[in-house]
Amino acid sequence: MNIVVCVKQVPDTASERTLGADGTLDRASADGLINELDEYAIEEGLRIAEAHGGEVTILTMGPQKASESIRKALSMGADKAVHLLDDGLAGSDALATSYALSKVLAQTGFDLVICGSESTDARTGVLAAMLAERLGVAQLTLAGKVDIDGTAVTVRRMSDEGYAVVSAGLPAVVSVVEKINEPRYPSFKGIMAAKKKPVQTLSLADAGIDAGEVGLAGSATAVADFAARPPRAAGVIVKDEGDGGAKVAGFLAERKFI
Amino acid sequence: MAEVLVLAEQAGGEVKKVTLELLTAAARLGEPAVVWTGPDADKAQQRLAEYGAARVYVADGAEFGDYVVAPKAELLARLVADKAPSAVLTASTAEGKEIAARLAVKTDSGVLTDAVDVTAGEDGAPVAEHANFGGAITTRARVTRGTPVIAVRPNAVTAAPAAQPGAAELVPVSFTASEAAKAAKVTERVTAEKGERPDLTEAQIVVSGGRGTGSADGFKIIEDLADALGAAVGASRAVTDAGWYPHAFQVGQTGKTVSPQLYVAVGISGAIQHRAGMQTSKTIVAVNKDAEAPIFEIADYGVVGDLFTVVPQLLDEIGKRSG
Repeated sequence: MNIVVCVKQVPDTASERTLGADGTLDRASADGLINELDEYAIEEGLRIAEAHGGEVTILTMGPQKASESIRKALSMGADKAVHLLDDGLAGSDALATSYALSKVLAQTGFDLVICGSESTDARTGVLAAMLAERLGVAQLTLAGKVDIDGTAVTVRRMSDEGYAVVSAGLPAVVSVVEKINEPRYPSFKGIMAAKKKPVQTLSLADAGIDAGEVGLAGSATAVADFAARPPRAAGVIVKDEGDGGAKVAGFLAERKFI
Repeated sequence: MAEVLVLAEQAGGEVKKVTLELLTAAARLGEPAVVWTGPDADKAQQRLAEYGAARVYVADGAEFGDYVVAPKAELLARLVADKAPSAVLTASTAEGKEIAARLAVKTDSGVLTDAVDVTAGEDGAPVAEHANFGGAITTRARVTRGTPVIAVRPNAVTAAPAAQPGAAELVPVSFTASEAAKAAKVTERVTAEKGERPDLTEAQIVVSGGRGTGSADGFKIIEDLADALGAAVGASRAVTDAGWYPHAFQVGQTGKTVSPQLYVAVGISGAIQHRAGMQTSKTIVAVNKDAEAPIFEIADYGVVGDLFTVVPQLLDEIGKRSG
């Protein structure tokens, strides 16, 4: 089975994140790492390949720096990677990104595309649905469990109300939620092996992507302006002197919550 | 005035609060028209009229429940082609975002998700406000191509009955989903035990517990406080990782984003990943024994103390006041 896992490098959520003058994320100044939710996608891809046979390809779109994340994904056990790397992609919104990735996927071919449910930077949570729409294949998103039986895929689609069991035939686009599995740590052997694994770098032209449809100019949304949120006015902090609970109650009553 | 389509979320004819919020936002942009999928539109008609809906497009078909997301996106795409609305609004829920996503691809339009506010710009086109990186930065964004598709976060816009109620005329739409939209079939639905508490993302008050609760047993005090306040229960990642409370209730970077009127953080230190999920709450109250905990930097009211003495006293006080 040909499994492609989409992986995004994002700024560390524990670091200070800022926007550049053009309203896009300043990716250069923050430490980058694999989008945490994509680690579950990589793990799920590896488990499916181990159980059913097949090859796991990592697909990443991002600047040169994103090769760090590709390397980590390969050291976890993925077989190879495709890095869509072109300055013309900078500032692409979700619609443009899904277009670019769909062009690469059409080239690599796939039985199963697996994504994390969202990225921790933009948090749009729309990419997998957009890919399914563009590729014309089944959308099996927000999976908390994935089962493959021959050419049928069944997932538990998780929601606030519980879950739905959803089935489709391959090929399909799957997105997985946090905690679907326990992502493995790269072993020393895995790290060494990753250095020899093939990483194909594609430019816009290589992938047949129309440069006018991607990047800041090709995106269908634009940030008009942005501002740091005004800091919250300093609150009242008191030490519990045996009356802490009563004091909170007093505050809540003053604000009409009780 | 051009129409603004609002995709309704409902259960058994009961309109979800977020749909009324969307109608309030839609009225700022044009003439609000509801898109209703499934039965029972007549039950909701009066309520939708009250919140300004001029019309309700009703597509009553089983395919909306039998197949994931795609049929609803297909219906909206057809209405966009037929009615040329000035914008389409959906709820920024997991499903609402995915419907918006597919609609954007189908109509080659820009999509903005997780908006915390929507207003009309000087040219009348929608401007969506977002709270990024957990509310550290506020951005305002526009759609520059196609029909703007905007998913609005529940609980962010205050729903208000329209000054002039709409007609909420029921307009049947005959619609059959294409084969392509039927690729992912729902074979079973399993509903989790829900209890009486409000939905986490829609609740006016959220009480969240963190590592300080110490155990699954210790976490029960969070449920008690939530029930006393009529609140939803939330949890920090430390709690859900430890298995003291289900993952679905995690508030933070990789969990739910909430912006209630009141957020009570109990035994939560307030790491940046947690703040990312609750920083836009209107009022924040914190109880933590560590005076240096970052949660106190954003709290409107904080008590430095042991939650197991502060919270029981608070519960007593609430009991006394309520009667």
